[in-house]
Amino acid sequence: MITINNIEKKFGNNHVLKNMSFSFKQGKTNLIIGESGSGKTTLLKILVGLYEADSGNVCFDGINFNEMRNKQKRLLRQEIGMLFQGGALYDYMTVEENIMFPLTMFTTKTTSEKLNRVNFCLERVKLTNTNHLMPSELSGGMVKRVAIARAISMQPKYLFCDEPNSGLDPKTAILIDDLIREITEEYNITTIVNTHDMNSVMQIGDNIAFINQGEIWWTGNKEELINSNNMELDNFVFASKLFQRLKK
Amino acid sequence: MMKLFHSLGKYITLMQRVISKPKNSSLFRRQLLLELEKVGINSLWLVIIISLFVGAVVAIQTKYNIESPLIPMYLVGVASRDSLILEFSPTMLSLILAGKVGSSIASELGSMRITEQIDALEIMGINSASFLILPKIIATTLFFPFLIILSMFIGMIGAWIGGLSADVTTAEFLYGIRYEFRSFYITYAVIKTIVFAFIISSVSSYFGYYAKGGAIAVGKSSTKAVVSSSIVILLFNYILTDLILA
Ligand SMILES: Nc1ncnc2c1ncn2[C@@H]1O[C@H](COP(=O)(O)OP(=O)(O)OP(=O)(O)O)[C@@H](O)[C@H]1O
Ligand SMILES: [Mg+2]
Repeated sequence: MITINNIEKKFGNNHVLKNMSFSFKQGKTNLIIGESGSGKTTLLKILVGLYEADSGNVCFDGINFNEMRNKQKRLLRQEIGMLFQGGALYDYMTVEENIMFPLTMFTTKTTSEKLNRVNFCLERVKLTNTNHLMPSELSGGMVKRVAIARAISMQPKYLFCDEPNSGLDPKTAILIDDLIREITEEYNITTIVNTHDMNSVMQIGDNIAFINQGEIWWTGNKEELINSNNMELDNFVFASKLFQRLKK
Repeated sequence: MMKLFHSLGKYITLMQRVISKPKNSSLFRRQLLLELEKVGINSLWLVIIISLFVGAVVAIQTKYNIESPLIPMYLVGVASRDSLILEFSPTMLSLILAGKVGSSIASELGSMRITEQIDALEIMGINSASFLILPKIIATTLFFPFLIILSMFIGMIGAWIGGLSADVTTAEFLYGIRYEFRSFYITYAVIKTIVFAFIISSVSSYFGYYAKGGAIAVGKSSTKAVVSSSIVILLFNYILTDLILA
């Protein structure tokens, strides 16, 4: 479980996050939803420690990140997997080297053990026999899947995904969503997903936080979301005619 | 002016992060070899061709500037040697390499920045500055002196060929390049080169590492990298010459 308490973040005069508190549950896909520019990526980057919050704190299973010793922080980092918006594969490494990289960096496994783990992760994302391709030779959906494989190679306890299915066709998007949910439940990970894709929300929304005007405006799960009477949330979720009809 | 100091501070902070012991030495060695190939081997042809032609031109121009029949022809050798060793090879070539190596370093790091590859390293708790930049700085400062010494040799060969074409005999030329030769000049050139190599790699890394925005930002950062490292090289060329030779 990850909890945030009273998180504040400003960029100059731009007050992006205001006094945010929320709990992300273990074994669930937790969603952060909101308009473009509402601060989803900023919040995610604060969660993983790429940005520092102006005030407030982030607790991983009850331990305040700011109060951790450096060694604890380093160990925690190895339990974090992140899927970046564009995949962020190292473009001078092959698929295999990308997935193996964290293992080489942080474990003392032998090459064959590492290779086993790489192949296991590739199989998990249904991409066997792509080991020696370069990232430039992959399609968008394959990049995302390799990035997931890299994110889970160290068996993370926490998985962060920034818009995992932006830029993908609906079918591939669903595949990625399902993959994220399966992995989350299978390994009992605390997963946090940023999205503004309503299909994903309906697909994997176990625990949702809606960000609006820099605040956590609404929380709940997908069933509650459909029946909610919150105007701003409705405007956001049911912006498309199709979903409006669906609601009725 | 404030902006300049701000950038300078940011540059120094970055360099402090860069200079730290690599966590995984076998991975570091691999990175280093890769960089050596990129900055060194890939610049060999450029260095050879430019040095050969500039050497030849310097010799021919010197010959035609000697009008008086009283001045001996071996001076063509002396003048070519000194201008190659003291200025052309270390400084002019460094400026040319700033264009080639500097822009490639900046655009590589810049595109890693905007595609979040640098964030991906940081997430894992890796010091991305050191992991990415240190091998580049070490590779350039190690390899540039070799490139520059190679350039001196090739330049001398060019000067000899140029001299022949302008009726300076081989004997005169060889006498000239040995005439009152001071090996300290080479030391001076190598010192300059090492400083310039550090400037090129670190300044270009700085601009690439802090690139912001989209693909256009990457192009901009590599232009800035080349312009800034060239200016800093010229500045240090003046300072070092003043310190060492004067
Ligand atoms: N490094 C930064 N420096 C200054 N302002 C920033 C920075 N990062 C984000 N912002 C600002 O913070 C606000 C929120 O941006 P953020 O990227 O978190 O939005 P988002 O919800 O992820 O949007 P999208 O759905 O388009 O990805 C924006 O107004 C943005 O301009
Ligand atoms: Mg975003």
